[in-house]
Amino acid sequence: MSEALVASQAPGTDTPVPGASGARQFWRRLRVQRAALVAAVVVALLVLVALAAPLLTALEGQDPTTYHPSLIDSARGGVPIGSFGGIGADHWLGVEPQTGRDLFARLVYGARVSLGVALAATVVQVAIGVAVGVASALGSRWVDQLLSRTTDIIVAMPLMIMSLALLAIVPSSFPRPVLVTLVIGLIAWGNIAKIVRAQTLTLKGLDYVSAARLSGWNTWRIARRELLPGLAAPVITYAALLVPMNISVEAALSFLGVGVKPPTPSWGQMLTSADVWYQAAPQYLLLPAGALFVTVLALTVLGDGVRTALDPRAASRLRVGTGRKSESESENGTGTGKEETA
Amino acid sequence: MSLVEVTDLTVGFGSLRAVDGLSFRLEEGTALALVGESGSGKSTVAGALLGLHRDTGARVGGSVRVAGTDVQQASDEELRRLRGARAAMVFQDPLSSLDPYYAIGDQIAEVYRVHTRGSRRAARARAVEVLERVGIPDAQRRSRSRPHEFSGGMRQRALIAMALACEPDLLIADEPTTALDVTVQAQILDLLHTLREETGMGLLLVTHDVGVAAESVDEVLVMRHGRAVEHGPVGTVLGAPAQAYTRELLDAVPRVDAPRAASEPSDEVVLEATGLRREFGRGKRAFAAVDDVSLTVRRGETLGVVGESGSGKTTLGRMLVGLLEPTAGEIHYAGRRHTGVNPAVQMVFQDPVSSLNPRRSVGESIADPLRARGERDEQRIRGRVVELLERVGLEAVHYDRYPHEFSGGQRQRVGIARALAADPRVIVCDEPVSALDVTTQAQVVDLLGELQRELGLALVFIAHDLAVVRQVSDRVAVMRRGQVVESGPVDEVYDAPREPYTKQLLAAVPALDPEVAAERRAARRELAVA
Amino acid sequence: MSGFGGFVLRRALGMVVTLLAISVIVYVVFYATPGNVAQITCGPRCSPEQVHQVAEQLKLGDPLYLRYWHFLEGLFVGQDYSTGTSVAHCSAPCLGLSYQSDQQVMDIILTKLPVSLSLVLGAMVLWLLLGIGTGVLSAWRRGRISERLLTALTLAGTATPVFVIGLVLMIVVCGELQLLPFPQYVNFGDDPEQWAWNLLLPWLSLALIEAAAFARLTRASMLETLAEDHIRTFRAYGVGERSIVGRHALRGALAPVIALNANNVGSAVGGAVLTETLFGLPGIGQELVHAVKVVDLPVVVGMVLVVGFFVVIANAVADVLYAVADRRVVLA
Repeated sequence: MSEALVASQAPGTDTPVPGASGARQFWRRLRVQRAALVAAVVVALLVLVALAAPLLTALEGQDPTTYHPSLIDSARGGVPIGSFGGIGADHWLGVEPQTGRDLFARLVYGARVSLGVALAATVVQVAIGVAVGVASALGSRWVDQLLSRTTDIIVAMPLMIMSLALLAIVPSSFPRPVLVTLVIGLIAWGNIAKIVRAQTLTLKGLDYVSAARLSGWNTWRIARRELLPGLAAPVITYAALLVPMNISVEAALSFLGVGVKPPTPSWGQMLTSADVWYQAAPQYLLLPAGALFVTVLALTVLGDGVRTALDPRAASRLRVGTGRKSESESENGTGTGKEETA
Repeated sequence: MSLVEVTDLTVGFGSLRAVDGLSFRLEEGTALALVGESGSGKSTVAGALLGLHRDTGARVGGSVRVAGTDVQQASDEELRRLRGARAAMVFQDPLSSLDPYYAIGDQIAEVYRVHTRGSRRAARARAVEVLERVGIPDAQRRSRSRPHEFSGGMRQRALIAMALACEPDLLIADEPTTALDVTVQAQILDLLHTLREETGMGLLLVTHDVGVAAESVDEVLVMRHGRAVEHGPVGTVLGAPAQAYTRELLDAVPRVDAPRAASEPSDEVVLEATGLRREFGRGKRAFAAVDDVSLTVRRGETLGVVGESGSGKTTLGRMLVGLLEPTAGEIHYAGRRHTGVNPAVQMVFQDPVSSLNPRRSVGESIADPLRARGERDEQRIRGRVVELLERVGLEAVHYDRYPHEFSGGQRQRVGIARALAADPRVIVCDEPVSALDVTTQAQVVDLLGELQRELGLALVFIAHDLAVVRQVSDRVAVMRRGQVVESGPVDEVYDAPREPYTKQLLAAVPALDPEVAAERRAARRELAVA
Repeated sequence: MSGFGGFVLRRALGMVVTLLAISVIVYVVFYATPGNVAQITCGPRCSPEQVHQVAEQLKLGDPLYLRYWHFLEGLFVGQDYSTGTSVAHCSAPCLGLSYQSDQQVMDIILTKLPVSLSLVLGAMVLWLLLGIGTGVLSAWRRGRISERLLTALTLAGTATPVFVIGLVLMIVVCGELQLLPFPQYVNFGDDPEQWAWNLLLPWLSLALIEAAAFARLTRASMLETLAEDHIRTFRAYGVGERSIVGRHALRGALAPVIALNANNVGSAVGGAVLTETLFGLPGIGQELVHAVKVVDLPVVVGMVLVVGFFVVIANAVADVLYAVADRRVVLA
């Protein structure tokens, strides 16, 4: 309520509104959100860990795939020998039950898989979503109908079920992380395509796009110069929400045993048999679960922060206050006010 | 005791002081208008009367007494009992001011029950009663409609009905007719007038439109930058203003009855449209926004196109510049048939915010037509853009600035410079000044006139404001429901309208002189009876 | 009302088209892939003769569109299958035969369906109550400590994978505290009380995660509604905060919540697969995971179609509910 009153009274139509634009403004708005900043730092650290995985394991002197049969008690079903699941100077976080593989190494390499698959899948989703959305909004009626219906169908298909099914038919020789990336990327682009289509249609109706047409530019140039930059904010916002979602999906698929398969480590996959071992080696359950939780939480909080910083509604609220109804609005609407003049 | 006593009121939002030491009184049964341009603080004052700034972070100082309640000191409960019961507010945008999900009758009934603790049935009956009172036909049935099923004017009537529900002593109307067409505006103002006569309630009217104030109130308070500039009886303030700002404001208001200075007509037709038609929608929902419109635009002249919302004037403008393909009909430019966009026919848009790409510097936007034409020499481009900037009253340093650094009037100048960059012979101006304050409006209109004389431009000036159109046009076309109902030289059409619709439109324009306003009100009553 | 009837009819028609399109896509993706379809369908342990038989069964010699037609025919009128020695009839809707278990796919699905429906529908009641309740509460208490607490909790909820919360619940409740036995599915018809007790943990695991999403959305859209002009109107008319939040803001937030529920049916189905696997509930999800692991193609295709069928219907129902909640949709 206060905003409406402020907006109508804030520096009006004939006072320049001071303020920065674009990236600088984004940073300024993101900086003031403490939670988002902390999340950004956490995400940065996670990415660093993933990138430096070989370095970190070299420091520890282990690798994620070597079996250590001497470190597990095969008589007790494969429980790690030693206290706290075999934690020691050689194995910072202990070893995996049954195989004796180094847990720290698997965890940091797991970060690679989790983040790598999620980010790459997001790239695929954004690429398809933007292409379909823009084509749908700018194409002919027929193209729009076709692409929109396809998008509807894609949105209606349950992601987990489709991924599971697709993973079944691809030969196992195909590199698994790439496959999981492609499957997630190829199935879950529907919502982003819808958002892009809607935003493109909005932008297309703006006067500055009409002005660019009157300047004599062709459609391609207008799309590149006037439309695509305007899509950045909603696409980034949605992509920021897609990353944690993709992490969860990858973890779920691997948890079910159809995603990333051993020996490649993945957090979800580590949890598959964790419930059996939670008493003997609690960290085998807690570490990957905690890693997943922290990663998804940090990415979600960061995504929220990005959305707040880019919020187009906050920007559009400032536009209120010119008061008069634009005519085109009512002409394409239901024709309000007509009966009065009759 | 006065109905409203405001003493030394200040309201601040952050670093901004919206209202700065304002004092006034409103006696029982009288009407006062707060008149000012955007940013003058007038709406903030209206909100302060009902204590709407409480708990919003705004800093409010001074004292406000309304109908015996000290708004500053009152408890939340006392304030709640004031709001809607003793003093009720009517807002600007009737669509967004009503809950879209509930029937209008139920919303009014809810307000009534909050204050009277009456039964559900009694509240519904009261709702129907007040809806009838504000002239909603078949109120019993219509009270069950939701807001989107009402037209704009009906919605505003419904909001007024809500205000009447508890028979308040004071009605606060914040730009109550700004979103409405001129004929509907006249009906709402007449309704407010009648209600005041019947109930004797006081009225505080907030408006940017001097004419609306002249129609409706006894006293006027002109505001600027949160302060009172001039305060007095409406006849005195508007008839013989004492302050320079009031005079400036009044001078800037275009007059619907001032004849147009004669200009030299030319015979050279630059743009001609024949039988233009444009349909939207398909199948059963198809309708023609523009239906069989023919017109000619000659070199150096201004053709005014005037009409209410839904008349098809914007659609017509977009077809003239080639942004919309006509469903039927042809456009000839300089004697040759033309389809699609044409560099020689440019457009100036209504909304100064959305007509410039926020991510590009204004210089780049203006340079677009030059680059599109194939100009590669950066030096020459910059030189030409700077020349254009200076021509429209801006400066060379503005080249690298971004749209948000400009005011509305400056942005509209940028829009004009961009149109000029294509070296056009015709510029279609679609409501070029309707989003601007009245003083800025006058400056932009002057600029367009100068450019026209200097460059021999033909202008098509599309607007809903009859006075502005008269001020700028040589010839005028009146549109209604997609068709031109009357056209001709501007003075002929305005002084001796032939069509009843044109007469109705002209009668609805608010007059600046309160006496003329009263005459017009009487004339409107006759037209309505007839 | 005719407008509304027309809307429902259009939506139903759209649903049928979508279902057909999904069946085409699924069929093409799974039966027109490169590689030996007969071998994949039959399974890795099939002999060359069996593979040959399957190839004939699937009419692999026919062009793709004929095969699809054949498949559709099975769906609508049923089909006869030769199992080599005898001929079995598979009545409509026939989704084909699992060559690995020699069972009709429809029969497999029908035995698993009640388990999955029990899980999802029960959890949905929980998550709607929990989610919307929490959302309303945090919009009502906005700016106070209780709201911050709720916000933090819901955020944690959205960040927890369903199998993690399920694991933790199972270990804590069943393992450590031994409050409940490890869940084992009991038919509702056999013992409703045991049915509910055994489903309690699965319901909770699935519902907590989904509820978090609903709480966030309900809160966000209520706050959005609270910022709208019509709320200002009712404040300016002395209407109390309780009615403003509970009546006007909640009403405005309802439509997006319904839309989210439709959107979430798909993700909830994914959650159900995980929950079933984790708790060993013999539902569709568990069966699907099994079928995927052993590459039992007819079962996989059948499951995808059945789940898609439910999701599409849920979406259509939600669209109609949305239109009931916001009549302006019908006009658009």
